[in-house]
Amino acid sequence: MKTILTLAAVRIRITLRNKAFLFFSLIMPLAIFFLYGSVFAKGKPEAVAYLMGPILSFTVMGTFWGLSMQLVTWREQGILRRFRLAPIAASSMIVSSILANYLLILPTVVLELLLARFVYHVTSFGNLISVFVLVILGITAFGAMGLVVASVTNTMQETQIINQLLWFALIFLSGATVPLAVLPHMVQRVGLFLPATYFVYGLQRAMLADAHLYTLGTVVVSLVAWAVLAAFISSQLFRWEPEAKLPRNAKLWAVATILPFVLLGIWENHNGKLLATAAYMMEGRPTENTPPADKR
Amino acid sequence: MANPVLQVENLVKRYGDVEAVRGVSFSVDEGEVFGLLGPNGAGKTSTIEVLEGLRVADGGRATVCGLDPQRNPNELKNEIGAVLQATSLPDKLRVSEAIRLFASFYRRTRNPNELLRRFGLEEKRHSFYNQLSGGQKQRLALAMALVNDPKVLFLDEPTAGLDPQVRREIYVIIEELKREKKTIVLTTHYIEEAEKLCDRVAIIDLGKVIASGTPRELKQRSGDTTRLEVRLAKPAATEALKQLEGVADALEVDGAYVLHCQRTAPAIVSLVKYLEAQGNELVSLEIATPSLEDVFIELTGRRLRD
Repeated sequence: MKTILTLAAVRIRITLRNKAFLFFSLIMPLAIFFLYGSVFAKGKPEAVAYLMGPILSFTVMGTFWGLSMQLVTWREQGILRRFRLAPIAASSMIVSSILANYLLILPTVVLELLLARFVYHVTSFGNLISVFVLVILGITAFGAMGLVVASVTNTMQETQIINQLLWFALIFLSGATVPLAVLPHMVQRVGLFLPATYFVYGLQRAMLADAHLYTLGTVVVSLVAWAVLAAFISSQLFRWEPEAKLPRNAKLWAVATILPFVLLGIWENHNGKLLATAAYMMEGRPTENTPPADKR
Repeated sequence: MANPVLQVENLVKRYGDVEAVRGVSFSVDEGEVFGLLGPNGAGKTSTIEVLEGLRVADGGRATVCGLDPQRNPNELKNEIGAVLQATSLPDKLRVSEAIRLFASFYRRTRNPNELLRRFGLEEKRHSFYNQLSGGQKQRLALAMALVNDPKVLFLDEPTAGLDPQVRREIYVIIEELKREKKTIVLTTHYIEEAEKLCDRVAIIDLGKVIASGTPRELKQRSGDTTRLEVRLAKPAATEALKQLEGVADALEVDGAYVLHCQRTAPAIVSLVKYLEAQGNELVSLEIATPSLEDVFIELTGRRLRD
């Protein structure tokens, strides 16, 4: 535990000294915040409140990018080799990177909530406990996804390509940019297979419908399952050295991380509850007990 | 009698179809500085990395401080220190943070401040890693390798790529460690380094130990001879050169001729006479006492730096 805490503290210090981190984890999320708040929501508190889910999702989902790049850079530059000489387990490297991510991302999330309150006069953020639990789960799950990407790619270039593909899928098909309810029907159906969709949806339900964690059961369970699966797989595929060979079935393992969402996607495509609730949330602020889908 | 702290028997390491280490055996006694000398690609780094627990051997046995690097990796890592050939630290990590961080990983530690002082890094303690010169980075690597007060220290090409002045600085540090009776395993392709620092040397080529002993013992293989290295305007027959007065042996290496002479002056006179008779000319001539390079040339017909 001491090793994990020491490693996390050092990672935080190193990351805060990195200008790219400040840009991607503070300036860019805030730019998105003000773009959404002032342009899309035109400064109206109710509209800003509706967009806070997507805004926080952007901040949280971006963590996978930084984590994967750092791990691949450290592996390429031989930094991980130096760590490997010391009595450190791969799991300590993984857990410390996710732990550091909590402390690096949470201040931006809090800042965005405070700005929404004081700049755009948003009066309620719904169930804040649910919001923070979802944010923590999101940081873990998307961070672990970044570690899986870093484990199955060999070079920075390869990592960048995979990250770009994942990022565009996550932000454009999930409701994080264009609300899920207005996306074409086919895109909505594909979006139901993405973890990001459930994350954005969960945050919006928590903020707009004061949803308690137990009413967000499906979202919470799927994010927990995904986080645990991705963290486990990243620890199995962790490579200290660039030339270390990946097991033959490594990419299959990586693909296995999407399993909870494949099942969930099939289920949600079948019952249509999430899409109905998303459409209802876009029309007006519902209460926790009155989303139309819950009445069925 | 000294105890072996490191034993290697018939070690084999393969990368795909390439057999990088082909049955290497040696042992290192406590307090000894042992060198693995050989050209690039000889299998030195693969051997040392198996001993450090970074690579898995494909055959043979190895124990370090009585521990099997594969079976007891964490126990082993607490007992050894190492300077790797290709390694780095995060750019924005400060010198003092790096040494404290690594000190925190071990059960037994030395005072990080004392190590920074000893390695002349006190003034650089607040510098980021990417602000250090090559020599400072290497001194930091050495300081970090000692942070757990290791029983065995592995130094993989510790002076490769460093300028001569920095190299001498590193030699001074290693000589100090040697005086402290630290057990050190050193790989190098620099003859000077092996001769200057090592108590015993194993010459390794194409994955095999081709000779081992103290530097003095190894050089005695060349007999009590002087080495003449000559370059000629035209090629000459080595057989004819071997027949010259005072010459014990002659070899052609990279277009030059290396003559081992029992009596130097008659050998030079007879060489000049022979060249005159052949219509050949002497382009250059160097006289040296035999070095480990000569042992390597004798054994392989190639230079170490090839």
